[in-house]
Amino acid sequence: MSVQTATPGATEQPRTHYLNAGHTIASWLLTTDHKRIAILYMISITIAFFIGGAAAAMIRIELTSPTGVMLEHETYNKMFSMHGIVMIFLFLIPSIPAVLGNFLIPMMIGAKDLAFPRLNLLSWYLYMAGSILAVVAMITGGVDTGWTFYVPYSSVYANSNVVLVICGAFIVGFSSIATGINFIATIHKMRAPGLTWFRLPLFVWAHYATSIIIVLGTPVVAITLALVAVERLFHIGVFDPAQGGDPVLFQHLFWFYSHPAVYIMILPSMGVVSEMITCFSRRKPFGYNFIAFSSLAIAVFGFLVWGHHMFVSGQSVYLGIVFSVLSFVVAVPSAVKTFNWTATMYKGRIWFTAPMLYALGFIGLFTIGGLTGLFLAAMATDVHLHDTYFVIAHFHYIMVGGAIMGYMGGLHFWWPKMTGRMYPESWAKLAAGITFLGYNLTFFPQFIMGLQGMTRRYHYYPEEFQALNVLSSAGASILAVGYIIPLAYFLWSLWYGKKAGPNPWRAAGLEWMTDSPPITYNFEKTPIVTWEAYEYPENEEDDPLPDLDDEDQLLAVGSGEAPKR
Amino acid sequence: MSLEATAHGTHDEHLAHQFEDMPQQNDAYLVGMWAFLVTEIMFFGALFTAYMIYRFTYPHTFLDAHRELDVPLGAINTFVLLTSSLFVALGVRAAQLGNRKGVLLWLSLTLLCAFGFLGIKAVEYSHKFEHNLVPGSNFRYEGKLPTQPDRGLVDTPGVQRGLDAGGPMIGAVRLGSGQMQAQSVQMFFGLYFVMTGLHALHVIVGILVIGFAVLLVARRHKSVQYFMPIELIGLYWHFVDIVWIFLFPLFYLIPQG
Ligand code: HEM
Ligand SMILES: [Cu+2]
Repeated sequence: MSVQTATPGATEQPRTHYLNAGHTIASWLLTTDHKRIAILYMISITIAFFIGGAAAAMIRIELTSPTGVMLEHETYNKMFSMHGIVMIFLFLIPSIPAVLGNFLIPMMIGAKDLAFPRLNLLSWYLYMAGSILAVVAMITGGVDTGWTFYVPYSSVYANSNVVLVICGAFIVGFSSIATGINFIATIHKMRAPGLTWFRLPLFVWAHYATSIIIVLGTPVVAITLALVAVERLFHIGVFDPAQGGDPVLFQHLFWFYSHPAVYIMILPSMGVVSEMITCFSRRKPFGYNFIAFSSLAIAVFGFLVWGHHMFVSGQSVYLGIVFSVLSFVVAVPSAVKTFNWTATMYKGRIWFTAPMLYALGFIGLFTIGGLTGLFLAAMATDVHLHDTYFVIAHFHYIMVGGAIMGYMGGLHFWWPKMTGRMYPESWAKLAAGITFLGYNLTFFPQFIMGLQGMTRRYHYYPEEFQALNVLSSAGASILAVGYIIPLAYFLWSLWYGKKAGPNPWRAAGLEWMTDSPPITYNFEKTPIVTWEAYEYPENEEDDPLPDLDDEDQLLAVGSGEAPKR
Repeated sequence: MSLEATAHGTHDEHLAHQFEDMPQQNDAYLVGMWAFLVTEIMFFGALFTAYMIYRFTYPHTFLDAHRELDVPLGAINTFVLLTSSLFVALGVRAAQLGNRKGVLLWLSLTLLCAFGFLGIKAVEYSHKFEHNLVPGSNFRYEGKLPTQPDRGLVDTPGVQRGLDAGGPMIGAVRLGSGQMQAQSVQMFFGLYFVMTGLHALHVIVGILVIGFAVLLVARRHKSVQYFMPIELIGLYWHFVDIVWIFLFPLFYLIPQG
């Protein structure tokens, strides 16, 4: 494979890669290259993130005073609904799979593209269509149902744009299904010769498990939401108690997807973290098989615990007990992963880069989020904590602290691969620190407020919660800074960043063995894999780490090197 | 080094750029199709779950309501759809043998059956419209209501049901169990229209896909000159058929007692 060296004396030809393979707008909007589609997704998802973030800012400003600051009651309800819907359906669920997964999976398995490139492009268009519909509906009329669309409020009473927003979510769901099907077919059938299942990067395993959840779960929520829309329009009565329907059935169907959906958000992030921990500990992951199988275990068990969201819904007590016990069981595979990462770092040669800081942040925050999940999974404590800020803090620790830390870390880790440029390392470390700090300042006080009984989804609250709320809002503004700095230096790096070379981290994995940015079909020749996953050299002399500020050192390692033993 | 990679050297004209060879491409298509069919099963699965729950909650009402459905028409439609499945299977066989005329013939016959199915469905639907059996504000049910109350509707003292203890409310009026049953008849038809409607939508998609394939085969388009596209269409059509095999007994042939 190509080693990036110019023949002395010859004028260096600009190499073709996926970014400069075509310059027209059409060459982007009609592309079937998985890498370009990943970039399209990255741009749209970033916009969604900032829309959701703006709504979050409004919420936090409103909550600095016990009697509200600027929003009407209804506007407040629409604001938190918009925040939830945008963040969950338009940002968290697609983020890592559609951006990093799309970009990396074919490269990690040595394939030229995903199995169905045109389906992949279609899925981006579906995502755009659904998102635009939902966002426009939310801005023009708004919905005040929350992201969970609980009936009968959403199906009978809510006087708002529920049907349009549901249509949007439905369409986005199909985009997610298309991605899942594409990943499954690709991972099953398109691995390079020699790349057996147990040589796959853990990132790929995580996406495989995620795709299974998508394929089994997303259709259920799609049809459930469609039923709500049909019920609003034609009064078919499936969920309306006034017509003999059962609202609890809605909750069962909704959480049958939406609990597994939380794993759609976190599993890919765990895949990213596995890659970063191994690379920056310069070690094989401790217990590769355990990490791989725990992803599958989470995917399977994740479907058995949905009822822990419904302890106070009127489902039977016995059902509650079963769901409670199963929820404790599903915590085990997550814990297995955490222990294995820790064991990987132990005795590793840890290299503190910005992506590694994000990975460490992930482990800390995810642990807190997961442990508080156990409080909620125990029926007796949940009755007290349900619908309080404790729940809000729990899932933000996991989704913002876990999923977004993973996404940000992954963006940094693969940025040189995607763009061919390094981001400024010291700024990135600063941003990682600010994010971690702002993050805890925002959400830790919410645990305390929740324990003391502050309920979610109200914008007036007893005065004694004000101090903690102000603290939380202050944290949120620090957190915002933590997201805006990377946006700035990522854009900056596109023009002024140092040239990265194919493998600035000296990382193992097929994606590092081709050019940065990669050529259109990824590899000049299909690679043949003869080595195990994550073969890092045992001793330090064989594995000198480059100085990230020295462009010559970065460029010194060519592409196409099989790992040294 | 040139960009024309060696792997692109040997090139079957049906091979898409991202695959190494034909077996890999065929396998990937099959895995993709089966994964898609799993999503379809989950899609209908949620509806079947809802149906089953209400079937057991309102057994007597559902029994009476189902008498409004036209069993002979439903049975004919079952027969039509089963026949179409046979035709599609023959079409796939012809595609595997490379028999272009055969593919055209069998797929056209499949299309014919599909249109027949939709036609009969349209007749059935229009009867329901005439008798005001379509859920919504015009819904009227004049049929028989069960003499035995449904388990789900008995007022058990001390047990909370619906929005309020003692019976569901519409506005401020508490419903008697007779009115309530009329409501669950409406739910029966709600489920009927949603589930058969979704199925009909799948038939329409099938017609579009098969029709498109027939056109391409007629024009000797290269993408349908090998069997895999036809085989995938066949899989999809069998799925549509199987869903109906469940819908027909559940809605039309509810067992007595
Ligand atoms: C692994 C990643 C996880 C994510 C992304 C996650 C996310 C969430 C989210 C979004 C909610 C709130 C849903 C709402 O809007 O009402 C929630 C609630 C809940 N979570 Fe988690 N969770 C995770 C792990 C866990 C674990 C490991 C457990 C238990 C062992 C757990 C137990 C619960 C319970 C019981 C609730 C319901 C609380 C209530 O509404 O009263 N979660 N989680
Ligand atoms: Cu859950």
